Amino acid sequence: MANPAFPRPDMPGPQPVAAANISAEAAERIPLLRTSGGEGSDRVFQWTITACGLAVLAVLVLIVYELVTRSALSWHAFGFKFFAASDWDPVSEQFGALPFIYGTLVSSLVALVIAVPLSIGVAVFTTEMCPKRLRSPLSFFVELLAAIPSVIYGLWAIFALVPLLSNYVQPFLGKSLGWTGLFSGPPYGIGMLAAGIILAIMIIPIISSITREVLTVVPQHQREAVLALGATRWEMIRVGVLRNARAGIMGGVILGLGRALGETMAVTMVIGNRPEIAKSLFAPGYTMASVLANEFSEATGDTYLSALVEIGLVLFLVTIVVNALARLLVWTVTRGQPARGHA
Amino acid sequence: MPEIAAGKSVVPPIGLRRRVTDQVMTGLAVLTVLVVLTPLVAIFGYLVYRGVGSLNWAFLTQTPKPVGEVGGGMANAIVGSVMILGIASIIGVPFGIGAGIYLAEFGRNRFGSVIRFTADVLNGVPSIVIGIVGYAIVVLYQHHFSALAGGVALSIMMVPTICRTTEEMLLLVPQALREAAYGLGVPRWRTTLSIVLRTATSGVITGIMLAFARIAGETAPLLFTTLGNQFWNLRYDQPTAALPLQIFVYANSPYEDWHRQAWAGSFVLIVLIVTSVAAVRYAVRRGSFGAA
Repeated sequence: MANPAFPRPDMPGPQPVAAANISAEAAERIPLLRTSGGEGSDRVFQWTITACGLAVLAVLVLIVYELVTRSALSWHAFGFKFFAASDWDPVSEQFGALPFIYGTLVSSLVALVIAVPLSIGVAVFTTEMCPKRLRSPLSFFVELLAAIPSVIYGLWAIFALVPLLSNYVQPFLGKSLGWTGLFSGPPYGIGMLAAGIILAIMIIPIISSITREVLTVVPQHQREAVLALGATRWEMIRVGVLRNARAGIMGGVILGLGRALGETMAVTMVIGNRPEIAKSLFAPGYTMASVLANEFSEATGDTYLSALVEIGLVLFLVTIVVNALARLLVWTVTRGQPARGHA
Repeated sequence: MPEIAAGKSVVPPIGLRRRVTDQVMTGLAVLTVLVVLTPLVAIFGYLVYRGVGSLNWAFLTQTPKPVGEVGGGMANAIVGSVMILGIASIIGVPFGIGAGIYLAEFGRNRFGSVIRFTADVLNGVPSIVIGIVGYAIVVLYQHHFSALAGGVALSIMMVPTICRTTEEMLLLVPQALREAAYGLGVPRWRTTLSIVLRTATSGVITGIMLAFARIAGETAPLLFTTLGNQFWNLRYDQPTAALPLQIFVYANSPYEDWHRQAWAGSFVLIVLIVTSVAAVRYAVRRGSFGAA
C-alpha cells in the first residue's frame, strides 16, 4: 500500500517536531506560522485522533464486557451443561444450546459443501479461462450478490426457493438418495437444506472474490513452467495454480464460513425455527443467530435473557476465531510469501 | 493454445484422456458460472417483477394499515430508515475517519497494529451480536427501544470499514506532499486535514459509501434496538419503523397483501443500495487523482 518511491511510511514521525521547533524561534518573521497555530493545536489534534483509534478498541472491549457480564447468570446456572443439553424451555427456565449449535454448524456445513466448488469454479474461470473483456463485468456481477441485503435473500427464498425445493428438488432427492437418511421425511421445503442453500448463495461472492485475488498472485512463471512441460490448460491450473494457492483458498473458505455462522435474517426466514436435532436435512432446525433474532426482544425473565446473551457470546467467540484463522491464511499468501516449493 | 503448438515437435501428442479431461473441466467451470449467476438473475427478476408490480403511490405515502386490512404503505418505514441511517452516519463516519487517520499518520507502531487487528475483528462480528450490544448499552439505559439504539448499533458496524479504507487511502498520498506542507511551516493537524485528507477525499468517500451500503440493508441489529413501529415517528428516542424490519415482518406474515408490500419494500431498498454501489464505482473511477 505504501508508495514504493517513499520507502519509509513512518516518515511523519520526526518531521513535525522539526516544524514545531522552527515555529518557536521564527514565528516573528514568518506570519504563516503564527496564524496557523502551533504545538498546542497539534497536541490537541493528536489526542483527538488517538481517541478515535482508541474508540475502536473500546468498542470491542465493550462488546466483550457486555456479553460476558450479561451472560454470567446463565453461565452460573448451567455451566458447561449449557452446551450439551438440548431442552430449551423458557417456562421452566431450562436452557440448553445444543440444538442451536448443531443447527448453525450443519447449515454452515451444507452451505460450504455447495459454495466451495462453485466459488472455486467461478474464480478459476474468471482468472484463467475467460476472455479479458468479460473478466471485469463477470466479477462485478458475482460481487453484486454480496450487495443484496440478507432480508431480501430471505424473502426470495420463501417465495421462490422453498416452493422449488418442496415441489421438485426434495421429492427427487428423497427418491434417489433417501436411503442415506440425509434426505428423508416430508418435503416441506422449509428446513436445514433451504437454509444451507440460501447461505451458499450468500457466501459464494466472498469465497470466490478471495480465491480470485489469491489466484492472481500466483506468479505467471509457475503457469508458464507447467505449460512448457506439455500440460493441458486444466493440468496447468491444477498443478501450477490451484496447488500454489491452497492456503489462500482455504482462507477464503474459512472467511465464508465466518459469514455463514453469523448470518441471521435469511436463515431465520427459511430454517423452520424448531429447536430439534434431526439427521435429515429436510427437517426444520434452528440456529444460534435465529434464536436470538426471534426470541431476544420478547425474552422475559433474567435467566432467559442471560441464556440468549450466552448464545450471542458463543457466536461471537466462534466467529472471531474463524475470522482470525482466515485472515492469517489469506495474509500469508497475498503478502508475497512464496508458495512452498515442490516437495 | 499457442504454447502447445510450439511444443508439438518435441513432446508427444496429448493423449485422448487428458484432452477430454481438459474439455470437461473447462465445461464444468463454465457451468459453475452459470449456476452462480442463476440466483442473481432470479432474485433481480423477482424483485423487478414483483416489486415494481406492487409499487404504488399509497405504498410510498401511507403508513401500514391494521392487520387484515388491504392497502397502506411503508412511508414511515422509509423515513425511519433514513433517520436511523442518518444517526448511524453521524456517529460512525467521524469516528471511522478519525481512526483511519490515526492508523495512517500515527499508527505505524505496535499499538497501531493492535487497533488495526481490532478493526478487522470488529468487521467479522455477526450483526446480531452487535444488536445485543446496542440493546445493552442504549435500550437498557433509556428503558425503551429507540431509533438512537439502532443508529448506535449500525454505527458500530460502519466504523471498521471506514477506518480501514481511510487508512489505505491516506497511505496512498505521497509523502512529498506532507513534507512540502511541513516545509512551509504548516502545523501537523492542518497538513493532515487540509492536505492529506483533502487529497484522499474521493477514496475516503468510497469507503464511507461502502460502509453505508452495507448497513443500509441490515435487519438483525435493528430487531431489538429500534423494534419497528406501525405509526409515524420522527423522534430519535422512540421505537421507529425501518424498511428492512418491515420487509421481515411482512414476509413472515400469512397475508397476501403484506407479501406484495414486502416485495415493494425490497425493491425500494435495493434501488437505494444499488444506487450507492453504482455511485461508489463512479467515485472510484473519478477519484484516481489522489492515488499518485
